[in-house]
Amino acid sequence: MKNKYLERLYNGLIKENPTLVLMLGMCPTLAVSTRAANGIGMGLSTTAVLILSNLVISLLRKVIPDQVRLPSYIVIVASLVTVTELLMEAYLPAVFEALGIYIPLIVVNCIILGRAEAYANKHTPLLSVMDGIGMGLGFTIALTLAGLVREVLGNGTAFGARILPEELEPIGIFVQPPGAFIVIAVFIIIMNAIGIKTRQRKLVEQDVCDGNCAACTLMCEEPNEKKEEAAAK
Amino acid sequence: MKSLILIIIGGALINNVVLNQFLGICSFLGVSKQMKASASLGGAVIFVMTIASAVASLLYDFVLAPLGMAFMKTIIFILVIAALVQIVEMFLKKKSPAVYKALGIYLPLITTNCAVLGIALTNVQNGYNFIESVLAGFGTAVGFTLAIVLLAGIRSRIHEEDLPAPLRGAPIVLIAAALMSIAFMGFSGLSI
Repeated sequence: MKNKYLERLYNGLIKENPTLVLMLGMCPTLAVSTRAANGIGMGLSTTAVLILSNLVISLLRKVIPDQVRLPSYIVIVASLVTVTELLMEAYLPAVFEALGIYIPLIVVNCIILGRAEAYANKHTPLLSVMDGIGMGLGFTIALTLAGLVREVLGNGTAFGARILPEELEPIGIFVQPPGAFIVIAVFIIIMNAIGIKTRQRKLVEQDVCDGNCAACTLMCEEPNEKKEEAAAK
Repeated sequence: MKSLILIIIGGALINNVVLNQFLGICSFLGVSKQMKASASLGGAVIFVMTIASAVASLLYDFVLAPLGMAFMKTIIFILVIAALVQIVEMFLKKKSPAVYKALGIYLPLITTNCAVLGIALTNVQNGYNFIESVLAGFGTAVGFTLAIVLLAGIRSRIHEEDLPAPLRGAPIVLIAAALMSIAFMGFSGLSI
């Protein structure tokens, strides 16, 4: 990939897809994927926050002292989330209602702090914005896909329009909590089977971390970055 | 009294925070490898979540709501939780090194556990008073501990099995969680 800005998009969408490859932000993925439309709503609101937080953090990367960077990031992200929350309540009340508590919980979404720590605080604003767009859209696509599968199987509809014949009884469990675990598990099984390694698996194999995403985003990005640097050389 | 018991049972079993509301999935999947570690994390979560619910409830009722700053609750709560975890850590280190050693690295991880922030926000949304908030926090944390310890037990058994390669790692854990979630759906028929 020649253009480094387009490379960021490709990276977020496919190579390091936050949900399917990095396995970050599992909470909203499992929780709001009951409907495809919810997936888009959640994905795009997270994308908006991610682009802005990457931009702000990248602009401030030389200002924020290293020791207090995590609290600073949390304050920045929390402010952006609050703005998003208020805007959605005002202009998109239906989406706001459907996503409920998961909108304020974007604050603790590992993807956002993870990208701040792993990317935005080391790169230029423009690159960081592209990274935010790529990662955000990668997240949105994964969420929408999971939502679509669950909606079709569990409700017989896609984006609210009925696509399965009426006589076919939908499998209700798929729109209930257990369905979320099953659908995501099947996604990962498919990826494993066709040979795309999820990062979680790579890390567990290397025994770098326990597969804990809180620890991962903050510590485990380093080897990856070093590898990239080595490749650049 | 009855409603208070219902809040605890509802938080722990009926609306299980992990299996039903999908909060705290990261640590649920990440730290459930060993029984002992899961139990320690569970202990730390019970501790922090109960205190965080209490503090968040007091802050909301006596500071944010009267000042008309309810919209600031996400920012304030996450900062309070982060500070609280730090204080609890320092306090335990000094006063009770044994507990500190047992909880160890799991305390700082709790800051990023969305269940803690989630429950503080849910309490406000439900309009719970101080006592109800504390009990809801406690009940939810007990539910988290229950789920993670059970999953750790299942995983220790899975570990010995010979699985097809694509299922190893995250997928089989998610499937185990799905089965647990189905089992926990049984509690939704519980009415007191």
